Parts: sequence; C-alpha cells; structure tokens
Amino acid sequence: MTEVVLRTERLFKSFGALKATNGVSLDLRKGEIHALIGPNGAGKSTLIQQITGHLASDSGAVELMGTPLTGLGPAQRAQLGLGRTFQISALAMEHTVLQNVVLGALGQRGTVMRFFAPVMKDKSLLAAAHEALAQVGLSDFASTRTADLSHGQRRQLEVAVALTLKPKVFLMDEPMAGLGLEGAQQMIALLTELRKAAPILLIEHDMDAVFALADRISVLVYGEIIATGTPEEIKVNPEIRRAYLGDEVPA
Amino acid sequence: MTRETWTNLAALAVLAGVPLWAYVADEPFIITLATRAAIFALAGVGLNLALGLGGLVSLGHAAFFGIGGYAMGILASHAQAYAPLAEWPFLIEGTKSMPVIWLVAVVASALAALAIGALSLRTSGVYFIMITLAFGQMIYYFAISWPAYGGEDGLSIYVRNGFPGLNTLDPIQFFGLCFAVLCAVLVLMWLVQNSAFGLALSAARQNETRVLSVGMVPYRLRLVAFVISGAITGLAGALFADLNRFVSPTMLSWQMSGEIMIFIIIGGVGRLFGPVIGAMVFILLEHTLGGLSEFWHVYLGALLLGIVLFAKGGVIGAIAGREKAHD
Repeated sequence: MTEVVLRTERLFKSFGALKATNGVSLDLRKGEIHALIGPNGAGKSTLIQQITGHLASDSGAVELMGTPLTGLGPAQRAQLGLGRTFQISALAMEHTVLQNVVLGALGQRGTVMRFFAPVMKDKSLLAAAHEALAQVGLSDFASTRTADLSHGQRRQLEVAVALTLKPKVFLMDEPMAGLGLEGAQQMIALLTELRKAAPILLIEHDMDAVFALADRISVLVYGEIIATGTPEEIKVNPEIRRAYLGDEVPA
Repeated sequence: MTRETWTNLAALAVLAGVPLWAYVADEPFIITLATRAAIFALAGVGLNLALGLGGLVSLGHAAFFGIGGYAMGILASHAQAYAPLAEWPFLIEGTKSMPVIWLVAVVASALAALAIGALSLRTSGVYFIMITLAFGQMIYYFAISWPAYGGEDGLSIYVRNGFPGLNTLDPIQFFGLCFAVLCAVLVLMWLVQNSAFGLALSAARQNETRVLSVGMVPYRLRLVAFVISGAITGLAGALFADLNRFVSPTMLSWQMSGEIMIFIIIGGVGRLFGPVIGAMVFILLEHTLGGLSEFWHVYLGALLLGIVLFAKGGVIGAIAGREKAHD
C-alpha cells in the first residue's frame, strides 16, 4: 500500500442545522492527485478550510504524515507543510511578483522577525523565489506589479508561492477557475509536474481537467463522500451520474 | 535616484536650512517652529509604521505622545524639586538628563503600546479605530484627574533638560539634536521597510489570508509594529515636552492623535518621508494662516478634503507618483 500523506478521520462541521461536513474520511497518498468533486454547496470549501485550520472542526481529526493537526492554526499548519492555493487569488497586489514569492520563501524559512537586513537582497530567499517562478513559467514577470498580472498569471503565481513553502501536500481550490482553454491546458501541464513534488488534493469544477489529472476522485454531496474511486469507476457509477454528473459523461 | 528620493532630500534640506538661515538672521522663533516641525515629523514617522505600512488606523497615538511627554515631565519635576520618585523598594531619583528621559519615554510608551495593541489588534477596521480612541481617552482622563502631576494644569519645567556636550537652551543646538534624532529614526524606518519584517507587515495589510497561508501570524506582526510605532511616537513626546518645557493632558487628547494622522495624510500615507513633509506643511499653515485668522483650521480642513478626494498619495504622491515597488 502506498504511503498516506494526508488523512482526514470522520470530520464533522455544522452551521446551525446545516451539516456542511458530515463524517468525511479521506486520504491523500504519495505522488497522487486526488480530486474532490461535488455540486455547488456540497461542502468542498468548508472541508478544505477545516483541513487548513481556517475553520475549527466540530469533531474528527486531520493528520499530516501521521501527525495530528488538531488545535493548530492556519499559520502553524502551513509551516508543517500544507501548501494552499485559493479559489479567489490571495496575493499582495501592490507587491511585485517576486516579492510575493519571496514572502513564501520567508515563511518557509520562518525568519520573519528580522528588522534590518534588506529582504530583497537575501540570496537564499531570492534563489528559492526564482526557482518557483521558473517552475510556473513566470520568470519574465518577476518585477511586474502583481495587480498588473492577468487572471491566469495570478493563478500561476498562487502556485509559485505554494511551491516556495516546500509543502508536503498541495491543497488547491479551483486552480482552473476563470482560466481560458489555453490557460487550463497550461495549468494541467503544471499540476502534472507538481504531483512529483507533493501530492495534490484538488477541488475543481472543470471535469475535463479532473478526468485528465486525477488518480482518484471523491464525490462529495451534502457534506458526505458518496463514492471514491478511479476516474473510470466514477464515470460508470450510476448513483453519481444521477447526483452530479448528469447523463452526459465526458469521454 | 527616483523623484521620491529627490523630494525627500529636498524636504530634509529645507527642514535643516530654514533654522540655519533663522540662526544667521537672528530669528529664534523660526528655529522653534522648525524644531516643532521636526518633533511632529518624528511622531508621524512613528504612527506611519502602524498606519502606512501595517494599515492599522490608530486614533490613539496621542496616548504614546503624551506618555513620552509625561515621562519627561515626571522625571524632571522630581529632579527640580530634589524629591525622589520612590524610596522603596529602592531609590528612584528624578533626572534632568535627556538620554535617560528618552530611554524611559521609549520603554514606557512601548509597554503601553504592547498592552493597548494586544487588546485592540483582536479587532480590525472601524472597531480598531474606536478601541484605540477609547484607550487614548482613558489615559487622557486619567491624566486630568491625577493631581500629583498637575492634573488639568499640567507640569512646568523651569530649565530644559541637558544633553551631554550640548547647551540645549540654545535653540539652534536643541533643533540640531531633534533633527539628528529624526534622521536616525528615518534611517531605521527605511531599513525596517525593506526588511523581512517590513515585507510581511505590508503583505498582511494587503492580504491577511496570504500571510497566514505562508505560515506567518498577522497578529504577531502587527503587535510588533504597533509597539515600535508607539515607542517612536513616545520619544517624540519627550522631545515635544522638552521643547515647551511643559507637559499637559492636551498632549494626550484625541485632537493630538488626529493631528499626527493629518501629518501623514498631507505628506503621503506609507511614504517614508510622508510625515516629515506633512508636519512641515502643517507648521507652515499653522504659522501663516494662523496669523490671518484664528479659524485657520477651516483652511486645513479644506486642504485635507482636497488631498483625500483628489490626491490620495499626499504631497509625495503628487510629486513622485505611485510608489515604486521595491526589489
């Protein structure tokens, strides 16, 4: 059996009477892309936020490489190796592209309380930052103001910042959202490379991308995982056809 | 060099040049005005770290300005009365030495900023503005109702405190001292802005989620910024009290907090020299318009409106354009 990197164990989260997450157990194994799909309001974003520590779970546990993350905040979980990208870009818009990646490298090194040395002249931070930019193909835009990037480039920058954290796991919330056909192709190529660095838990609405990338797919409906399996298994599962995919399944 | 750098150097040259001219022309009052501008600038540089870089709109910075002022007033009043502050558990005497007073002012206002910041920074936005205002008002009324150090009337000091090797009673020498402190703090702030801490603090202002998800805690960054900010404004307060040889609850009033913020808005929020230029413009207006009408604040208000509506970058923004992204 392949090594499990991230595991959730019977996670629950309710908002009033709404059971947003209803006993979700899933795992993410080394080298894989595990896609989480489900209709709007199924609780995908809630689940991601419980994993990253932005939302406290009512019960259940999240484990990273066997270490329970219970009680840790998002900053501590990031330091332990959860690299996250956001559905809506979360970047320092006034900063340059390079500054955004250097911030990630700085977070990875954990030496933010330095008050005098100029951070943008720090060779090791710059090396890590440029390496990440090269991986996502943004090297030419290092000195561009982030607000001046196109939507697709911002998505790439999100991935680059996550890369600087040298994460053990990537959690990606709709990285394809709003990308054109060409942009989506580029992102698919990028994620195919990234899974070698760390496994990816991928939330995505773009079914072409999901079926192209995922090694396993879990289907979340009303806060419960109704099926987990390979893309082939999911495609032919009649319950999922009814609940989510509709009758026309992508080839 | 960028236009902003030239603007900054020009501001420093004017701030140093005017009192030198006044010294030659024997106009000591002008020297006092320039000293006031330098001290106000220093107070603004302090607030600018929290407000400009950190995005923390504190309407309570007069607390630190006043605490710095009272640090000077209390130490010097005990020294001039030859009465120790405390005899138990060990003897604490007053002092007329500026370096010691500065140290006490910085430590006292940093501790106050730590306490106020630790609580206030749990809120954000308009609540943060209100809670810092509330803390400021608490300290203001405390000072008014505490008779031991003058209460509402404040504390007068007969002779300005001393600095080794200088005659601080000579206006130009005292100006030089304040100007040197301002320059030193500006260098410090320049380093901080470009440091790892400065990058993270500024990123936390722009996007808190981003900072969290690279493993940093925005609250911690902001608290440190708030403490440094309060300490610098406190140092300015000690100098201001020494300039006037007087400290009163007015230094703690919310109008004072507003004035410090006005320096920053006039000069340019988040710009290293914003408060310097802002304080100079403020003193200039106070002096020239104040001579025309005692209701000169009306014109100041109109200027502020104009800047907020049409020139958000303040004077520096108007001259040098959008801030260059540093790298």
